[in-house]
Amino acid sequence: MGKAKVKRASTSIDMTAMCDVSFLLLTFFVLTATARQPEVLVVDTPQSSSPEKLPDDGLGIISVANGKIFFGMKNPNVRELTLKNISQKYSVNFSAEEYEKFKQLEEFGVPVRNLRQLLSLPNDQRTESIQPGIPVDSTETNSNELYSWVQEARRATIEFNRSREGEKGYVDPGPMKVAIKADAEEKYPAINLIIETLRNQKQNKFSFVTGLRQDN
Amino acid sequence: MAELNQDSGKGNKGGKVRAKKAGGKVDLTAMVDLAFLLITFFMLTTSLNTPQAMDVAMPDKNKMDQNDNLEIADNRSITLLLGSDNKISWYYGQLAKPIYPPTTIDYGKEGIRQVLLRMQKEVPQRAGGKDLIVVIRPSEKSVQRNLVDVLDEMRIVDVKRYMISKINSDEIEVLKSEGLFND
Repeated sequence: MGKAKVKRASTSIDMTAMCDVSFLLLTFFVLTATARQPEVLVVDTPQSSSPEKLPDDGLGIISVANGKIFFGMKNPNVRELTLKNISQKYSVNFSAEEYEKFKQLEEFGVPVRNLRQLLSLPNDQRTESIQPGIPVDSTETNSNELYSWVQEARRATIEFNRSREGEKGYVDPGPMKVAIKADAEEKYPAINLIIETLRNQKQNKFSFVTGLRQDN
Repeated sequence: MAELNQDSGKGNKGGKVRAKKAGGKVDLTAMVDLAFLLITFFMLTTSLNTPQAMDVAMPDKNKMDQNDNLEIADNRSITLLLGSDNKISWYYGQLAKPIYPPTTIDYGKEGIRQVLLRMQKEVPQRAGGKDLIVVIRPSEKSVQRNLVDVLDEMRIVDVKRYMISKINSDEIEVLKSEGLFND
């Protein structure tokens, strides 16, 4: 008798705090991950082992798939300024409401004269099938609408950067970069037409958007 | 502590036998496991989502003279003609009197890369120390993947000088004769 019983420490750990933290993080990642909208024109890009990442801002993307050309700008303010310039160039007027809708538009693939019609549709009806693509040819006139879009977007970027010059801690991000996001199976003539359109306005540097190749 | 306190104080009016209190602790291990699994998943997908950019620089266009072509030494340049069916035809020197006549090869590690590595050593010996120039000529039957693959090889092999230029009719004939001009 009289043998002291060794007290055993409890093996269970309180996980409440850990659970709280992990779900907070989970909520954060879920919300940030779904902020990206699904793309209208589905492009299956080729793969490369290039280490560079595509910039998040100051970028115009020309998407090509199924022979259709779409254009999109990353910055909503640049979108608005671009549309103002395009509206003058092609003598098409847009209402304030349409400007607001255009600011939300990630990418589009219609001729300028059909743009109002596209903007009048609700978001989920702006599918690929009703958008014939932006007209492009080898000229530098108004008939080459991609030429105008890229040019006006570049001007708008400069304009936008200049308007922000006075702001505190502002660093000039430089001119707009152009990226070509072409489908892996897209034939070269379509790509060549875009490259020539860019070269005609001395936009000699651009990027091809690719996926990341795992093996070499 | 994670305890479930079942409030049973008000329920015993009629002198009923009190129900035994359930154990108050809930095991959260599985829940935490699941949460961390999902966190890992979302973290990886968000950061891997940004696509890669492959920078390309083209020469300035001379609008005055469309036929203003840069002369380069024959023994420095190899030309890659991108044909259909994911194949390349390449030659060394000028097409009219090539140092190596057009040969068909594949893309990738075993094909084009071996050629580039070999020529990178051979060209400085022949051209008196000057390095290799690669001329890439995509035909209209080649696809975007071919162009990106070739540019990627340039980066991997570290070819300093390369250019994308226009294919001419003689070279299309070469591709046709090698059966690389199919739809």
